Order: sequence, then C-alpha cells, then structure tokens
Amino acid sequence: MLNDWLYLGIFLIIAFALPAVAILIAGVLSPKKGNPIKNSIYECGIEPIGESRIQFKVQYYVYGLIFLIFDVETVLLFPWAVAYKQLSLFAVFEAVLFILILAAALLYAWRKGALEWL
Amino acid sequence: MSGMQVIFLIAAAVTLGSAIAAVSARKMLHAALWLVLALLGVAVIFALLEASFFAVVQVLVYIGAISILVIFAVMLSRTSLTDEGSQTNRGWWVAALGLVIVLIGVVAALSLWPKWTAMPGALPAAATDMATLGKQLVDPNGYLLPFELSSILLLAALVGAIYTAVDKKEEKP
Amino acid sequence: MSFLADPVNFITQWLSTLLIGWGASASFTQLILYIIGAGALTLGALFFTVFLIWLERKIGGRFQDRLGPNRLGPWGIFQPIADMLKIFTKEYITPTGADKVPFNLAPILAVGGVLAMWAVIPYASTVFGVNFNIGVVYLIAVGAIGDLGIIMAGLGSNNKYALLSGFRAVANLISYEVPMVLVLLIPVLFSGSLGMNDIVKSQQTWNIFLAPLAALIFFTTSIAENGRAPFDLLEADSELVAGFNVEYSGLKFGMFYVADFLHSFTAALVFSTVFLGGWRGPGAETIPILGFVYLILKSSLVYFLILHIRFTIPRFRIDQMMDFNWKFLTPISLVLLMVTIVIDKLIPTDLTFIRISVHWAVNILIWVAADRILSAALKSHPAKVVARPRPLARPPHVAVDEKPGGEI
Repeated sequence: MLNDWLYLGIFLIIAFALPAVAILIAGVLSPKKGNPIKNSIYECGIEPIGESRIQFKVQYYVYGLIFLIFDVETVLLFPWAVAYKQLSLFAVFEAVLFILILAAALLYAWRKGALEWL
Repeated sequence: MSGMQVIFLIAAAVTLGSAIAAVSARKMLHAALWLVLALLGVAVIFALLEASFFAVVQVLVYIGAISILVIFAVMLSRTSLTDEGSQTNRGWWVAALGLVIVLIGVVAALSLWPKWTAMPGALPAAATDMATLGKQLVDPNGYLLPFELSSILLLAALVGAIYTAVDKKEEKP
Repeated sequence: MSFLADPVNFITQWLSTLLIGWGASASFTQLILYIIGAGALTLGALFFTVFLIWLERKIGGRFQDRLGPNRLGPWGIFQPIADMLKIFTKEYITPTGADKVPFNLAPILAVGGVLAMWAVIPYASTVFGVNFNIGVVYLIAVGAIGDLGIIMAGLGSNNKYALLSGFRAVANLISYEVPMVLVLLIPVLFSGSLGMNDIVKSQQTWNIFLAPLAALIFFTTSIAENGRAPFDLLEADSELVAGFNVEYSGLKFGMFYVADFLHSFTAALVFSTVFLGGWRGPGAETIPILGFVYLILKSSLVYFLILHIRFTIPRFRIDQMMDFNWKFLTPISLVLLMVTIVIDKLIPTDLTFIRISVHWAVNILIWVAADRILSAALKSHPAKVVARPRPLARPPHVAVDEKPGGEI
C-alpha cells in the first residue's frame, strides 16, 4: 500500500509543479512594464472608493458550519457503507437512526432560518 | 536511511515549521494558511502509517471544512488583521527554560520505557480493512453506542452553533 | 499481452526490462516508472484541455446558432493553440497591495486540485494510476483543495469584488458538496468498496439503473461544484465582474480557465466511472484498450450533456442556488439514502431484474413525492414584492389601485 502512496505523492508533486513551471515560463516570456495605473485595483473603471474590505456576513460562516456537520456525518457513514453487504438488517436500522438524527438537525436549521440567504 | 525515514523527516519538519509559523505570523491570514500546511503535514504522516482512510479524512474534514471556517472567522473580525509590535513579552526566557526542562523530562521518561526502540509488528491484514471498521461501528458489542452518540453530539453542536450565530432580532447589517 | 491490446502495460514491461538490463535496482526502476507514468498522465490531461477548449467553443457556437472559431486551420482546430501562445506572452499584473503568496499560489492550487483527480480513475481494466482503497473519499478531498485555491484568490487580490465573489463561491461550493457526498454513498453501498476500480468491476448492471435519482443528483451537484452554468453566478461576466479572478492576467488567468474546463471533463469521467460502468463493455476485460475507448465514449456523452445544459439554461440567483441545495437536494438525498439502504437489504439480491425495478419504483416515488411537496410549497408561499409602493405619476382624473406589497 505504501507504493500506492508513493505514486500518489509523485503524482501530486508533478500535478502542482507543472502549473508552477508553466507560470514561471510565462513569467520569463512576458513583458514587465508596470505603472501605477495598470496596477490599480479594478472597480468598474473608476478609482477605488474606500477600503478593500467589506463587512463579512455571518451567513457564510453558518453555511460553513452546517457543511462541517454534514461532512463529519458522511465521513462516519463511509466505513459503514463499505461493510454494508456483510451487515444485517439491524445494522441498517442503526444507520437509519443515525441519518434520522442528522435529518432532524437539518430540519432545526431550516426552521430557525439558518438556511436563508440574508 | 530508507526512503520512508527521509519522507517522515521532511513531513515532520514541514509540520513543525508551519505550526511555528502559524503561531508567530504577523498577519492572521498568513497564520491561517500556515495552519493549512501543518494539517497537510499531519495527513502525510497518517499516510506513512498506512492509515489511508484517516489521511484522506484529515484532508477532507480539516483542510476542506475547518480551514475554510478558520479563514471565514479570520475575515469576520473587524479589527486590524496585523499584529504590530514584538511577538514576545519580557518574560519569554522563563517560559523557554520551563519548556526545555519539560522536554528533557519527557524524553528521559520515554527512553526508559523498554519498548522505545522496538519496531512495531506488522498489522494483521484485516486491521486496515475498511469493512472491519464499518462492522465494528455498528456492532452492539463494538462501538455502536459511540456511533449513535456522535450523531447526537453533532446535533447538539449544530443547535448550539445556530443558536449563537443566527439571531433574528439583532443581526449585523 | 500484445502491443495493440494493452499498450500501456506493454510499454511499462519493455521499459522496466530495459532499465533492469542497464543495472538499475528494482525499486529504482519502480520509481522511474512511477515518475514517467505520472508525468505522462498529467501532461496528457493538460494537452487534452487544449482540445476541450476548442470543442466547447465550437459546440457552444452551434448551440447559439453561430459557427464558432473557423479561421485558423480546418474547423478552427488551431484556435486554442493560438490562444495558448497569446496567453503565455501576456504581462502579469499584480495589483497594488495584493498579498503575494496567496495571490500567486491560488491558480496553482486550482489546477493541481483538478489534475490530482486523474490519479484514481481507472482507464481500463489494467491501466490506472493507483487503485486506492479509498478512491471515492480522495476525490472529494482534492475537490476541497480546489475550493481553498478559490478563497485564496479572493483574499489575495486587494479587491472588494474579488473578496465578495470568493466568499460566495466557497459558500456555494461547500454547500453543494453535502448532497454530492451523501449520494456517493449509494454506489459505495452497492459495490462494497471505496476503490474506484472495485466500483467499476462490481457493476454487472450499471449503477445508473440501480440508483437513477442518485445519478441525477450527483450529476447536478457535479455541475454546481464546477461553477458552470447554470450555477455560474460566481464568475459570470455580467455579475461580479468575473468574480474572484478579476485581478489575474496572463497565464495565471489561463490556469483558472484550464482548471474550469478540465474540471468539467473530469466530472464527466467520474460520473461515467461511478454510475455508467467505467471501462465496462463487451470485450473490455480481455482487450484493455477497448475499455479505454468505452470510457472515452461514455464520458464524451456526459460531457456533451453538461455542455448542453450550460448553453441552454439561464443562470440562477444566489439565493435560489442555496435554497435549491439546502431545501431540496439535501432532504431528497437523505431520504433517498435511508430508503435505499432499507430496501436493498429487504429484497433478495440474486434477482437482478426485480432489484432494478424495485429501485426504479422507489426512486420515481421519491421524485414524484418531492415534486408534489415542492409545488404545494410554492403555491402556498407566493413570492412577495416587498418594495415600498412608489407613487405613480398620473393625471388627477385617473384612479390607480395601489396595493402595498402586491403579490406576483
């Protein structure tokens, strides 16, 4: 199995190095004539007004939280799904209970208005 | 030195280095990105231990969800994102001395343990099998109760988070 | 195995005997072969993108009743090569105040995340990168690394539009991962393993016949994960001015472009592998190259379907996208998962025809129930216009009925 990981490590290094090398080559080939107007921030053609930080809506964070909960749920379900064929009906009902509790979590989030795009 | 040892040393160095950089970076955003690199180093160490499921779950949950949440949390703070001034206070040498003493004590205690230099035996083939893990998770004599309790724990976490974060009466504009 | 039946393994054997003949040790030969294999696969994927760009522009042109590129070469085949040459020589403009490390790292992460998916896909019965026993979870994990690239692009440009688009894009992408991962559990159930080659080998009947609704949900969420139309509010030209990649120029922008196009073909490949039986087909076990041909045919079909949807359906609003995901797709996926695992245990598994028909019946039932509930809910909550009533300019002798908060 470690051979698999070795191949994957080599693959990932090459997969991340190839775009890097391409960008470096293009950096060598391209002209570099910066001036302040070219380097200014894009704001629909006018000078940028105000800071470049906007007030972050807490709604994004709530979506991330709900995603995290469901992500951990599915990660716990993956080993169960691999062993599915060798399990009895009782084990299936246990998993149904697991998913039901998390469906209840989704329902709570829905009713409390956490899923609205404010 | 075998190849595995070299890779382990590199992964450990990357993890430790990026953890130190995460703690001492001046900009919070850079600290969050160094944290991502540290978590990636931990995933590589999991892969070296042949725990492949945990390596990918580490990347999926930690880097895919928790790092994004950390970056969101960094952006939520309204204060300036840069730490000005010195990163240490006047008494830093006391803390460093204490930590070195603790480290020497821990290494001494571990090296007196007889199994410190013993190589671990090979895992039985069924131990790294995901089906075994799945069967244990729903076995009433196995880990069924923690399995169901974890779902209730996740429900409680979600309820708490939504109660704290979503407030209809006084939401920020 | 002859050269024609199994070219990749033939070349591998020939190279390894050559290297061992030169005196290299077995593990070093293995390492060299790994490097050559990985390099060939990534380079092949990147060069295939050039062809994909041409294909998309040509087919898009035909969908929109125009010709598409047709000047350079027969049918405009050399157009993307000219585009690549141009983009290699454009200047890199780094905006003032941009954070250098996230700004430069983001395109590399975006392309690397998509290329890393090609490692676990089985291309034929004997040709694959690695046959990981955790292939499915690996695919989702590297998708998450691509999302990290997008948020770094948004944060690294010192631009409030890029920031806004980066947050929206990441919120969208992580939301659509939830039904995708829930629905990916169903093929894993049927095949009993997380490895992609095992999933393909166990599809005596294709998974799309056993779980059609799951295939549909996976298809939809793959398009949404890619950021393609109709979910492309995040980077559309008329919306947040090209979104998180507004400050990029030259090859860095080209890398985002390549990542986008390659991701849609990779999504088609993954869909064909997991649901359409991958390299399976008549005679594919004995002649591996035929398996590769079948896989390319199936994923081209799915890719054409993705293009068709892209050029046909108008764009969704961001709140429509979120509602669609959290209030429609996720409950359906949860219900589908629960029902599928109970039903599949209850029916005897050696009667394939009965199994297929029971699963189809249950899926259609869930689909119809969801549709009914959705239309009932939409009828009872009509969209309200919440703007204040504006005074109408009208002559004094005309009476106009002004109701505040009129209903559509």
